[in-house]
Amino acid sequence: MSDLTLDAPARGFTLGQYLTCLRGIMWREALRFVHQRERFVSALVRPLVWLFIFAAGFRQILGVSIIPPYETYVLYEVYVTPGLIAMIQLFNGMQSSLSMVYDREMGNMRMLLVSPFPRWFLLVSKLLASTTVSILQVAAFMIVAWLWGVDLPPWSFLTALPALVLCGLMLGALGMLLSSLIKQLENFAGVMNFVIFPMFFASSALYPLWLVQQSSPVVYFICRLNPFTYAVELIRFSLYGKLDFLSLAVVASAATVFTIAAILAYDPARGLLVRRGGGAP
Amino acid sequence: MNVLMRRRFIPVMAGEGPPSTPFAGRDKGVDGAPARTMTMMRQCVCLTAFMVFASLALPQPARALTAYVTNERDNTVSVVDLDEMKTVKTIDVGQRPRGITLTADGKSILVCASDDDTIQVIDRATLQITGELPSGADPETFALGQGGDRLFVSNENDQMVTVIDVPSRKVVAKIPTGVEPEGMAVSPDGKTIVNTSETTNMAHFIDYETRKVVATVLVDPRPRIAQFKHDGSELWVSSELGGTVSVIDPVAHVVKNKIHFEVQGLRDKAIQPVGIRFTKDDSLAFVALGPANRVAVIDAKTGTVQKYLLVGQRVWQMAFTPDEKYLLTTNGLSNDISVIDVAALKVVKSIQVGRLPWGVVVSPQ
Repeated sequence: MSDLTLDAPARGFTLGQYLTCLRGIMWREALRFVHQRERFVSALVRPLVWLFIFAAGFRQILGVSIIPPYETYVLYEVYVTPGLIAMIQLFNGMQSSLSMVYDREMGNMRMLLVSPFPRWFLLVSKLLASTTVSILQVAAFMIVAWLWGVDLPPWSFLTALPALVLCGLMLGALGMLLSSLIKQLENFAGVMNFVIFPMFFASSALYPLWLVQQSSPVVYFICRLNPFTYAVELIRFSLYGKLDFLSLAVVASAATVFTIAAILAYDPARGLLVRRGGGAP
Repeated sequence: MNVLMRRRFIPVMAGEGPPSTPFAGRDKGVDGAPARTMTMMRQCVCLTAFMVFASLALPQPARALTAYVTNERDNTVSVVDLDEMKTVKTIDVGQRPRGITLTADGKSILVCASDDDTIQVIDRATLQITGELPSGADPETFALGQGGDRLFVSNENDQMVTVIDVPSRKVVAKIPTGVEPEGMAVSPDGKTIVNTSETTNMAHFIDYETRKVVATVLVDPRPRIAQFKHDGSELWVSSELGGTVSVIDPVAHVVKNKIHFEVQGLRDKAIQPVGIRFTKDDSLAFVALGPANRVAVIDAKTGTVQKYLLVGQRVWQMAFTPDEKYLLTTNGLSNDISVIDVAALKVVKSIQVGRLPWGVVVSPQ
């Protein structure tokens, strides 16, 4: 962090300087991640609780129909794994938004925002950093899931990597956008209630959408509008080395829209920060 | 195929070998004519060899593995292409088709049309029904024995086993057994026929020569399928209601081991063993567990269950491909067959067939 505030050239940075800045931001995120061991543990425990307990209860319920990308019947634990991977990224995206609110309240964000680098670059760097952290969490989760006996193709982590990057960016950008709207740290509970839970439950993470459609066409429609559904499906297909073009299109465009919106929201000239009057001076 | 290829190949090779040695010196000599003749001869021989080889080798990849599945409720047989992994044709057959097998020459398919009280013969090349075998009433399953000349049929409602001479299509014997005969097995040496009876809960050992029941072994309720190991050392009988597989010593006629199943999260009643298959080396056994929707993989030497593979609903019968790369299972309630990769012990695909698939057989090539 220190090396990017030390020398601040006037205009036009070299690529090396950009990389230094990126490294600084990523390093800080990594340090934060490593130091907050509870955060790592909770990021791992949360999906594992679902996998070990929830999936155990539902084990026999699924396996009645074959849906792509599956070629045959799968156990519920296999079905729910991509959903839980996406959940890790969702929570991580929200958590990094929480950390931005915290930074703003504590005044740490000033350090970031006074940097001479363009605002969009700082925010994108921050996004990349939080995405990297989420992928590390996913890797840890997949190892435990594999030890638990969840049957995934051997190269699934590698084939899923591009999808994980894209989904991490989308959910991180969403979190960043939200963080510009949240005035105080206490309001984060609201994010839990109004963003994480609806997004997670109204998606194909826990149950296939044809099951949802059978019981309620309205909920099915909501699930279809939820970008998180497409994140889950993109990850699900990519785990099997397949590509779902619709999901890719939705996730990529949602990631772009959220990122642009977050950059606009953090723009000091017209941003929501000013209007809200809180946070970074 | 391999043996055939080698047999034809050897004379050609031999023909090429000896003459070339005496002329070897001249080949390099000043005189060009004999050398050229030799070269031509050699080319001819090589070409012939190549053509013989090619004619044998080429058609092979083009010939796909085909599976035939009886659909009990649809009164059809589904023809499944195992390269494309999909159903390519459906043949109308008699009512309630259940047991299915191929004749020894691989040219015909035999299907038990239970409610039509007959066994239909389907030509594999044309997929037309070409004839019938006099099975007696309500044939459920059968087993081929005596080099494919004899077909042993269980008549579910008659308490009989009907023995049919396949070439002449005539009944040669009817042997009374227990109530509701079900599974049929022939020992590898052809001397013993085994029939299970659903209601008597017994495996009946029948001597082929005398056509008499020589021993009965009590097993758990509702025995379904009897299957000999390839070396004839053991007979396994699955008990649908008992939820067990009895391992029987076919010489002493005693149950020497009982295999129990336990699928995490399933009630015991849902575990109903039916189909049994052994790999050719008798190292692994696969047991279809009916409504448990699982196939149990068993170490056939010790009788310990190694793994349960999730397949479709109410898995019933199974068949290996000839190379034992895949094992196919019929899943009655989900109307499909599942394909198990035998080496990886993984279910790789489920293929839609007709309603209530019962039995399956795979073409020899």
